Amino acid sequence: MKRIISILIENKPGALARVVGLFHQRGYNIESLNVGPVFDGTYSRMSVTTRGSENDVEQITKQINKIIDVIKVADLTEGEHHEYEFILIKFNKLKLAEKIQKILKPLGGRMLEKNTKVIVMSAVGSSSDIEIAIKAIGRGNLVELVRSGSLGLHEGEKVLTI
Amino acid sequence: MKLSGGDLLMRALKDEGVKFLFGYPGGAALHIYDAIFRQKALQHILVRHEQGATHAADGYSRATGKPGVALVTSGPGATNAITGLATAYMDSIPLIVISGQVQSHLIGTDSFQETDMIGISRPIVKHSFIVQNAEDIPRIIQEAFYIATSGRPGPVVIDIPKDKTDPSKLFQYKRSKQVTLRSYQPRVLPHPGQIKKAAKNLLSAERPVIYAGGGVILGDAHKELIALNKILKAPVAHTLMGLGAYPSNDKYFTGMLGMHGTYQANMAMHNADVILAIGARFDDRITNTPSLFAPKARIIHIDVDPASISKIINANIPIVGQVKESLIALIKEIKRSKLKIDSDALESWNGQISTWRTKHGLNHDLYLQKTKSKMILPQVVVQELYHATKGNAYVTSDVGQHQMFVAQYYHFNKPRRWINSGGLGTMGFGLPAAMGVKLAYPKHEVVCVTGEGSIQMCIQELSTCMQYNLPIKIININNEALGMVRQWQDMNYGGRYSASTYADSLPDFVKLAESYGHVGMKVTKQSELRKTLNKAFAMKDRLVFVDVYVDPNEHVYPMLVAPNGSMQDMWITKNIKA
Repeated sequence: MKRIISILIENKPGALARVVGLFHQRGYNIESLNVGPVFDGTYSRMSVTTRGSENDVEQITKQINKIIDVIKVADLTEGEHHEYEFILIKFNKLKLAEKIQKILKPLGGRMLEKNTKVIVMSAVGSSSDIEIAIKAIGRGNLVELVRSGSLGLHEGEKVLTI
Repeated sequence: MKLSGGDLLMRALKDEGVKFLFGYPGGAALHIYDAIFRQKALQHILVRHEQGATHAADGYSRATGKPGVALVTSGPGATNAITGLATAYMDSIPLIVISGQVQSHLIGTDSFQETDMIGISRPIVKHSFIVQNAEDIPRIIQEAFYIATSGRPGPVVIDIPKDKTDPSKLFQYKRSKQVTLRSYQPRVLPHPGQIKKAAKNLLSAERPVIYAGGGVILGDAHKELIALNKILKAPVAHTLMGLGAYPSNDKYFTGMLGMHGTYQANMAMHNADVILAIGARFDDRITNTPSLFAPKARIIHIDVDPASISKIINANIPIVGQVKESLIALIKEIKRSKLKIDSDALESWNGQISTWRTKHGLNHDLYLQKTKSKMILPQVVVQELYHATKGNAYVTSDVGQHQMFVAQYYHFNKPRRWINSGGLGTMGFGLPAAMGVKLAYPKHEVVCVTGEGSIQMCIQELSTCMQYNLPIKIININNEALGMVRQWQDMNYGGRYSASTYADSLPDFVKLAESYGHVGMKVTKQSELRKTLNKAFAMKDRLVFVDVYVDPNEHVYPMLVAPNGSMQDMWITKNIKA
């Protein structure tokens, strides 16, 4: 099943490569990956989406935890959590503008650029809603698509912090 | 006083208690080498190949428990250190490798002797550092030693661009009282509830087995292991890496377990009702087919590394903690418990193990017997070596049949006496490792048991032994073939010796040793074996290379039947499957 692993990691050169390398080294796949410095910028928060059994993910989180630069790891999928993804799309079939805008409306769709050649829009939603929306638009109708990968956060008062 | 980066490095290493630097100079490391020239606290040992430097530092570490340090230059120096790093990583050895790097402004430009050492070594180190500011060198050294030696130990790489050791740039030397890293808390104490559960299970066990690995030695917990089994009276089996922690001459010792473990050790594991795994990681050379492993056993697993627990075999009672502290807690809990061991059940279980031992156990008196074979048996070489050294030597080995024969027939009674590459299985390890051991313990007998295949992988270090006067004894168990490869080809490939023989092209090892300035001896008859060994060991201040020609048809037994076998499925001899 799909898992979202959240990692707090020292913002040091090479730290990201240690995490990414570990997935390959231990025979696991990364489906999506998002990373960026948070708060004081001395550390980053990563959200890694992967697939595997409970045992697989337990082993992945244990191995990630062993990386010296990793401060904390959590498998968000163990409990209730929020999961969101951000996308940017570009299309040139201008007559589809209305249809696409309608599809993306529940996902906070915004027009970022509109001219006589192309339209660029953004949207936010759970990965499954994003999937449904892209399907509804029709992949062939897009000239470009970029996805942030899943971002995750625990529900309720539970926090992942240093 | 202000110091240059190179001098900061020397000072920091000295403050970590480093005595020896095993290394090889080159362009990117020359500022550091000049700093070595200016100081007296550390002795630099010039090896003949960087692989030798890493194995020598590794051997030093395995024998002493202190981190070993190797110093190499950038590019080829760094890549030659990779095998040594992987060797140390697989056996959790605290090895520090300092690599020179091209100047900062040249990094990424494919400059002369540039290689991405941090990238190349990433999967085989516990951690790595690249020095970005020269004044950070003391802090990085302190952190590197702390990381290498704490928790589950492992190798650490420190990559130093040449400009960070520029002799014209001076900095203040600062050393912290203690290292703290917010992302790394290696000290883990066992959970009292888990210790209670473990004690209860062990005390009510009828067929317990202690399966103890290298973690007992790394965690300096051999005394606690012995103390625990004074109470439990359970059979104790060691992994290849654990040998020496529990004394081989103790009546509860079953010998090594696993691929070439003894019949009684493997049968005990397969039939146990409780297995106490201590600092061991259930690797494939132990468990055979995981789904068939110890079907009746509840597993208690003590390890400082949580990722080792339930990785291959699910642990019923996981205990994450330092081995020493965990065993102390377990002993305390057992003493406090109202439960007592079931003496009747244990007597009958230990009796069963004796029966297995009698049935298919190893014959430790082969050397006393007149054998049908005209050639010397390799097992006999190890038995004679054991008697010639009174079982007191530090023994290093390379990889293959000779390594297994030492594990089976040299009875290690003390920890850190058996120095071999278990996890990675690195041929070429034995001789340089022996150099590290000999430097650490110059008054002790240090023996490298090797084969004519392995020894040729780092034979150049004979020259280093001459330069630093290291009177190691090398016992070359010469079967004129890659013995373990040949054994597998005999058993699984219809005796087709693909690329495993070279009898016509072997060097004359006696002359070879002599050309390096050492003593060479050759033995072909069993009647000469003891005499020659005694003569070799009498030459206290010389390196003696004893080339012993053995029966090339000899195999290592027992051998687990693989694939699809369990631990009770063993070849006992060429024709008997138990």
